Amino acid sequence: MAHFTKATSVKDWFDQRLAIDKVEKVMMSEYWIPKNINFLWAMGMVLVVTFTLLLVSGIFLLMYYQPNVATAFDSVNYTIMREVDFGWLWRHVHGVAASVVFLIIYIHMFTGIYYGSYKKGREMIWISGMLLFVAFSAEAFSGYMLPWGQMSYWAGMVITNLFAGGSLHADGLVEWIRGDYVPAQAFLNRFFMLHVLLIPLAIMGLIGLHFAALRIPHVNNQDGEEIDFDAESKKYLAGDKAGSKVMRFANDFMAKDMMVVGIYLIFFFYLVFFHYDFAMDPVNFDPADGLKTPAHIYPEWYFLWSYEILRPFSTNIGLIAFAFAQVIFVLLPFLDRSPNTTPASRRGLFKIWFWAMLVDMIVLTAMGKLPPEGIFSTIGLVAALTFIGLWIVLPFITKMEKKA
Amino acid sequence: MKQNKEPLILAIVVFFTIVTYYLVEPFAHSQMHKHVESEGFEYKDLPELTKKGDATRGKDLVMGAGGCTGCHAITKAGMPAPMDAVTAAASYGVNPPDLSNAGSVYSAKFLASLIKNPAHALMVEHKFDASKGQMHPMVPFYGAGGDMDQEVADMVAYLESIAPKGEELTPAMAYETACGRCHANHYEKWTQIGTKPTFKKKQDGLAFDTKVLDYQDSLKAYMGKLPPDLSIYIRSRGEHYIKTFVENPQNYLKGTAMPRVGVNAEAADKVIEYLEDSGDTKRHEREAVGMNVMIYIIIFAIFAILWKKQVWRDLH
Repeated sequence: MAHFTKATSVKDWFDQRLAIDKVEKVMMSEYWIPKNINFLWAMGMVLVVTFTLLLVSGIFLLMYYQPNVATAFDSVNYTIMREVDFGWLWRHVHGVAASVVFLIIYIHMFTGIYYGSYKKGREMIWISGMLLFVAFSAEAFSGYMLPWGQMSYWAGMVITNLFAGGSLHADGLVEWIRGDYVPAQAFLNRFFMLHVLLIPLAIMGLIGLHFAALRIPHVNNQDGEEIDFDAESKKYLAGDKAGSKVMRFANDFMAKDMMVVGIYLIFFFYLVFFHYDFAMDPVNFDPADGLKTPAHIYPEWYFLWSYEILRPFSTNIGLIAFAFAQVIFVLLPFLDRSPNTTPASRRGLFKIWFWAMLVDMIVLTAMGKLPPEGIFSTIGLVAALTFIGLWIVLPFITKMEKKA
Repeated sequence: MKQNKEPLILAIVVFFTIVTYYLVEPFAHSQMHKHVESEGFEYKDLPELTKKGDATRGKDLVMGAGGCTGCHAITKAGMPAPMDAVTAAASYGVNPPDLSNAGSVYSAKFLASLIKNPAHALMVEHKFDASKGQMHPMVPFYGAGGDMDQEVADMVAYLESIAPKGEELTPAMAYETACGRCHANHYEKWTQIGTKPTFKKKQDGLAFDTKVLDYQDSLKAYMGKLPPDLSIYIRSRGEHYIKTFVENPQNYLKGTAMPRVGVNAEAADKVIEYLEDSGDTKRHEREAVGMNVMIYIIIFAIFAILWKKQVWRDLH
């Protein structure tokens, strides 16, 4: 039993019971961050802010949304958009944040790849991050079903069909997932549950894991330099703030985080109020109609690259390529055989690999939206093969890399 | 001190973001959707009105030899509809419009062409081919014995003389005359037979709904399918598409049963305003709130930058 004394202040009362001073040090003032970083290191905080916006706006939308195939569409487009005070604002914040969060995730991912932040003890940061990517994808997809518009319905149809596994004809599995032969009431209800409960819980758990995975290996830096955090933090605490290679998370790094967040929010709210169409597909403003297939069915922009890896091939090969694309990023720490944790710019062939992968994914993204005809099909096929080829050569080119 | 690479990194991030945006939004949509330029509701394929009409003579023709009031109401001039909307739809497929507002909703040259040859002006000759005995439900005007062009110009002049002028024509009136007999707008409580009233007794509400369903059955048989509810077409189609579609539906959907509506440019703007009121109701609030939020967030960003500079002064 711990020994408690009469508290000298409210803070002391809490400190004796919750060790708030210690917690503050561990989480904030003595959580050490390397100084040699740039604004890309603030993407984590930008993601936290965006996720919070999604959560808060989602709570408000949840108060009025009705998960019923007869009323879902109008509960969004009439009740929330017209009847509820500022309902339109919550919806546009939610819709735009759902799209922008993926832009930031991709920037965050490619930052990690560029600086080798998945290596030498940082593997779990990468893996938990990729699990978060999967969870966010499931969250985005399930949320997209809820307004029950034409794209909700037909995207639901196409994506659940993938589980038939091509020639395996696992139609029973597809029906089990849908709870019906076609997307209908059971389907909408379960995706509603996934969107507002199960997947958000998983995301919050994974965010905890992602942060925890960061504690021991510490944050990477622009040069992949191994820093003696104990020695550098002592230097800092002794007063040599300028000479130390590290800084406090709060307020030192937090100040930079907030600066980036401030600039990001200008961009974000500009989109919310003046340029939201890109995140809210016009086709989804037609109510779901199982008898009327839209002329073009395409996923939201952040899924286009993987959709395009599925599309140029025959059914079975396409599904295998698609499955490959879904899991391969998780294996990056093990496919990269080089011992170097340095920026891609100093890693020879890997530098070319990095930019080729980035450009290839943008090409795949563009082709995934365009109708699969003529030159677009050919470009899509080449880009899909390039994507697979790049992953196959990765272990070889990184193996050849010299120790820096 | 090392060279600051952040501006270069930011430029690279922004560059790839913009390229991706351009490819999946403007470029992809330009490839997926046909682009149709508006003609400004000029109806260049139709002949110009050559005669100056006289409203007084036109009134006699419209009420008399022209035969308009056999089918059309002109409530403004005290002429009630010869039959109710449901019966009219059962007879003609769709309820013929009340002509009270026709003079300010439709283009004058369109009206003149319509009176002479409805199927041609409406661009539904693929559906109503007189040589095959497929007659358009509106009977063409064959002349009242004088100069036919003059007679038509007189009738158009009369319709213009009784029609509301300028702002007297509300967005709802424009929508009801031009679109509302085929297209419901349930966000505005509009049905093809009129605005649904609030009934005290449930039976009365159900009786009204039954009438709407009966009307819709006739309309379905006439058009091939029930024309869509336009509640949020402003979000699903956008202003440009709606305007160019209304101007000439055949441009986008070859062979569609939807007629060319023949609205003039002012009435088209009113229809758009009505659709914005129903499907983008909070647009003014959005713009006003948007400006305030932008000002707030820019001030927030300035303080965040100043705070960072202050904290980091000791770190270098």
